[in-house]
Amino acid sequence: MKHLKQSIAKLVKIEGLTIIGVFIALMTLFIISAPRVFTGYRIYMSFLQTVPPLLILALGLTFVISAGEMDLSFSAIIAFSGFMFCYVFRTFGTPWLAFILALSSGALVGLVNGWMVAKIGIPSIMATLAAQFFWNGLTILLSGGLSWNIKEIRPYFIHTLFVGRIGGLVPAQSLWGIAVAVFLWFILNRHTFGEHILFIGDNEEVAKVMGVNVIVTKIKLFVFMGIISAFAGVLLTLEMINFWTTQGAGLLLPTMAAVFIGGTSIAGGYGTIIGSFFGAYIVGSLEAGVVASGIGGYWTRLVTGLVMAASVSLNIILSREKGEGIKERIKESVFIKNL
Amino acid sequence: MAEKRKIKNAVKMINIEKYFGYTAALKGVNLEIGVNEIVGLIGDNGAGKSTLIKIITGVFPPTNGEIYIRDKKVSLRDYNVKQAYKLGIEAVFQDKSLGEKQDLWRNFFIGRQITNRLGFIKVREEKEIARKIMFDMIGFRGVGITAESKANKLSGGERQGIAIGRAMYFDAELIILDEPTSALSLKEVRKVLNFVRKIKESGRACIYISHILSDVYEISDKFIILDRGKIVATMKKSEVTIKELNEFMLKYAHGK
Repeated sequence: MKHLKQSIAKLVKIEGLTIIGVFIALMTLFIISAPRVFTGYRIYMSFLQTVPPLLILALGLTFVISAGEMDLSFSAIIAFSGFMFCYVFRTFGTPWLAFILALSSGALVGLVNGWMVAKIGIPSIMATLAAQFFWNGLTILLSGGLSWNIKEIRPYFIHTLFVGRIGGLVPAQSLWGIAVAVFLWFILNRHTFGEHILFIGDNEEVAKVMGVNVIVTKIKLFVFMGIISAFAGVLLTLEMINFWTTQGAGLLLPTMAAVFIGGTSIAGGYGTIIGSFFGAYIVGSLEAGVVASGIGGYWTRLVTGLVMAASVSLNIILSREKGEGIKERIKESVFIKNL
Repeated sequence: MAEKRKIKNAVKMINIEKYFGYTAALKGVNLEIGVNEIVGLIGDNGAGKSTLIKIITGVFPPTNGEIYIRDKKVSLRDYNVKQAYKLGIEAVFQDKSLGEKQDLWRNFFIGRQITNRLGFIKVREEKEIARKIMFDMIGFRGVGITAESKANKLSGGERQGIAIGRAMYFDAELIILDEPTSALSLKEVRKVLNFVRKIKESGRACIYISHILSDVYEISDKFIILDRGKIVATMKKSEVTIKELNEFMLKYAHGK
């Protein structure tokens, strides 16, 4: 029994293994319940097409939540940056300028968020909620409440690069999702920025006395989240060849669900990129999976809730196992032998 | 080394004031800490001890006043924790020295990571040094503890050991210990006190903050007594017995 617990503890330490297990179990379930849909490749290609914006948002939000903060404004950034992209492209006809300005608009929103949180000291959930209303409102105002079509962008290279079909089959955005995930894994786990984020989320006071510039790091964090969200916004707009004013609204809660299903803790100080990656694909595949299984579309949300509750519980129970035996160990050990 | 001897004070503060809003936390503080002096900083809760050491370690600047470190005046606008590290000042704060959920090797290097030019951490190098500090330098014997363990797996004494080991490794000229023994067993307290003696023997300075007067008296060369933001007395160990020190403190505890 003790051996079993120890080996469980070892396995749990591998980042994201729990959630990969949940993902495989879910896919197996879908394959059994809807073999006709889930043994073909089409459904997976459809996931690779629709999930990347959600995935990229979840990866960015992992940083924010690891820092013990929250961002509710990214859904507005999706709309705002999408509008910016369409507006600049239609006005000047240069897609790369549109791309850069779209990312900059995301950075701007993030800068204002960061300023409110780090400098003025507004709790991030309040500051970014206000930001969500403000920037969404501004987007509606500027676009006249209309959706904008940009089908002229199809022949441009930027369209092929970001949302083209590789070999006429694999959506390019899925590779972008993987690339962003790999890059951000290194930033969170191997870069000073990521380490500072983790320490701030762990204990801001410790971070401060150990020489982390908390204010600057937090501002950087929100700017970073702004740019990531804008990138997701551009991907979405390019894929749909369309901007509409509520294009981010449906992504807010699923993104948060993806991060939490992945195992990142709301308490701060710990975040898992691999977890968020699979969390996003779980959330993104539930609807299709539930519908294809024949139990009906009305069940989607209910199943999402169940999966989320199950994954979060599993994470907590398994990490409790990890703590086994610590008390005894502390009693035995003595510190500083040869001072 | 010859140059090192000429330096008189590890830290000198002149007329330091610190206001939080309209509240004065420190008023007109003057103090000197010699390069090889162990100073016991005593005072009741709220006397301003933490504020004082946070100013010395660069966590926040004073409202007014001058700071000299190793006889050189520091520019208060540029002074911060990283600057203090460079000038050889290390602090071990009561409960605020370790990130609980972070790996120990990260805890050793937070705020001054070994990185390449792009800011990516050289993990293998950091882990190697962390291991050296833990097992060679401070003789860590915790069962099943490695450089990759999380800080929250440690006992109070082990935690203090990690923070002290970190201060030792970075070769500080001035080590500040803020209530280092508050969470420790008697045996571990002796070890911390021995460590302070070693600081003295190696020609370095230390500010030792504790509520336990007997500990402070035992190891300090000099006592600085803070009360409501002011230094009310500075005494050499030769000038005072522990009984007198105790009575002196009690007088202040009863508001004079």
